[in-house]
Amino acid sequence: MSGARLELNAIGKSFRGLRAVHDVSFAVPAGTIQALIGPNGAGKTTIFNMIAGVFAPDLGTVTLDGRVISGLRPDRICDAGVGRTFQLVKPFKGLSVLENVTIGALHRRPDLGAARDHAAAILSRLGLHDRRHQLAESLTLPDRKRLEVARALATDPKLLLLDEVMAGLRPTEVDVMVAFLRELNASTGLTILLIEHVMRAVMALAAHIVVVSSGEKIAEGAPQDVVRNQAVLDVYLGEPEDA
Amino acid sequence: MRGLSKLGRRLVGDAPPRVLWSLALLLAVLLVAPAALGKYWLSVLILVLYFAYVGQAWNILMGFAGQLSLGHALYAGLGGYIAAGLYFHYGIGPWAGLFAGVAAAAAAGAVVGFLGFRFSLAGVYFALLTIAFSEFTRLAFDHWAWAGGSGGLFLKVGSGSDLWNLRGGAVMFYYLILALSVGAFVLCRLLLQSRIGQYWLAIREDAEAAQAVGVPVLRAKMIAIVLSAALTALAGVWNAFYYNNLFPETAFAMGRSIEITLAPIIGGLGTLFGPFVGAVVLTGLGEAFTDVGEVLKVPGIKQIFYGLALLVIVMYRPAGVWPWLADRLGLKERQR
Repeated sequence: MSGARLELNAIGKSFRGLRAVHDVSFAVPAGTIQALIGPNGAGKTTIFNMIAGVFAPDLGTVTLDGRVISGLRPDRICDAGVGRTFQLVKPFKGLSVLENVTIGALHRRPDLGAARDHAAAILSRLGLHDRRHQLAESLTLPDRKRLEVARALATDPKLLLLDEVMAGLRPTEVDVMVAFLRELNASTGLTILLIEHVMRAVMALAAHIVVVSSGEKIAEGAPQDVVRNQAVLDVYLGEPEDA
Repeated sequence: MRGLSKLGRRLVGDAPPRVLWSLALLLAVLLVAPAALGKYWLSVLILVLYFAYVGQAWNILMGFAGQLSLGHALYAGLGGYIAAGLYFHYGIGPWAGLFAGVAAAAAAGAVVGFLGFRFSLAGVYFALLTIAFSEFTRLAFDHWAWAGGSGGLFLKVGSGSDLWNLRGGAVMFYYLILALSVGAFVLCRLLLQSRIGQYWLAIREDAEAAQAVGVPVLRAKMIAIVLSAALTALAGVWNAFYYNNLFPETAFAMGRSIEITLAPIIGGLGTLFGPFVGAVVLTGLGEAFTDVGEVLKVPGIKQIFYGLALLVIVMYRPAGVWPWLADRLGLKERQR
């Protein structure tokens, strides 16, 4: 599968002998939106952390545009073009919304002025512009999720990793976020990989879904095929949806 | 010239004119103060500026980058001892000696920083490391003959004023510490308006999130501790030549390290004006309670009042005096 933006080649990770992820491979072609789903504890966030460099895989490699990035530090992986959000949001609480995003924008901008302008533009697109001078800690959860996306986008990623950015949003807010991501993907060609429990968002966004359970990939394919897959139904969709 | 005007713009930023005028007025008052003040008040003002300066230096590491050092006496002590020792033994003037002192302190900062940050010691564990290094150094200096051992190092007090050898009266030292304080203030303002300053704030707030948006966390922390140590060493050199004596028991004392942290904590951690405001409050309280102690003639009453006053400030203004004061003055968050 050459030509993929992101490629996971048989990656595995254990924590103190406990196998969190085992032999997971999949690819995300450039310009697509892909979803990574699975029950709680399936290893989705561990996979994200291996892509983002929080820790290196014990086995296998991660490549971005054909270049191996596994084993690099998180800031180097950001250099390489991967932006990420955190499942448990991590805003710079004591700083303003604008400063939060400006710090992300500094990454590829020569000075603070240029970074601020870029940050302000991103905040407008995410509907946070009016709140730009508020401290991040004063934001509501939906706004913190938006801030998380804005800060990651400000680093000008080639690949955006979104870890449950819809969780905690009301259905109308989910629709707004879905529309934003879809428009972003269409207008800039940004490749997006998202972990998501909100199936409504997954079905609306993803062209391709990878399903993991107990640390292993159990299925992948087009959304309409995946939801009919018996193995998937057994472990995941059979459970009450926690959307 | 263009670079200079750009620097000027960055320095002024969006500060409202009334703030700039107030600062200019404050600076003018400080510049002419020695002419108007007696010996006692001049020495009080010197103390204020000294604590404002070392507080500013410490604040870079704690207030900006969020790393708690309780061992900053190490850097002040090294700077002072080395510059004073070079002068005492070889007649090397302090203006040359300070480079050696600052370099030694910066190197010590780099060692402490590397051990702490590379191995991810955070919070109190990092603080313990800083204390340990300061204590080791105190013990080493106790037994180091070149530095006078535990008996101390004494500089000859000359008559007359000699700026090149930093021999002279309080007025000379006043202007030196004033220059250092103003310089540190300007430097910190510029740092906060630059990439590295923003990186520090991000690390202070959340290091993992900072790294995810491309902040080279280890390097940024190293820059913070080396710079903080180097600036603190300058205060140590100044201190050594002002007081003319150095003892390991005081230069590297835990109390000296704590003293350095007080002004920015009381004034407002991570703020530019905090160290100065805190130094004014602390020195003012200290002097006032000394007077009270002399009137009441109760031994130790000064320390008790002083401690209680700090307790009250920390309880009621946990973010420091300056943020509260800035609010009163109608200054916006980003203008502080």
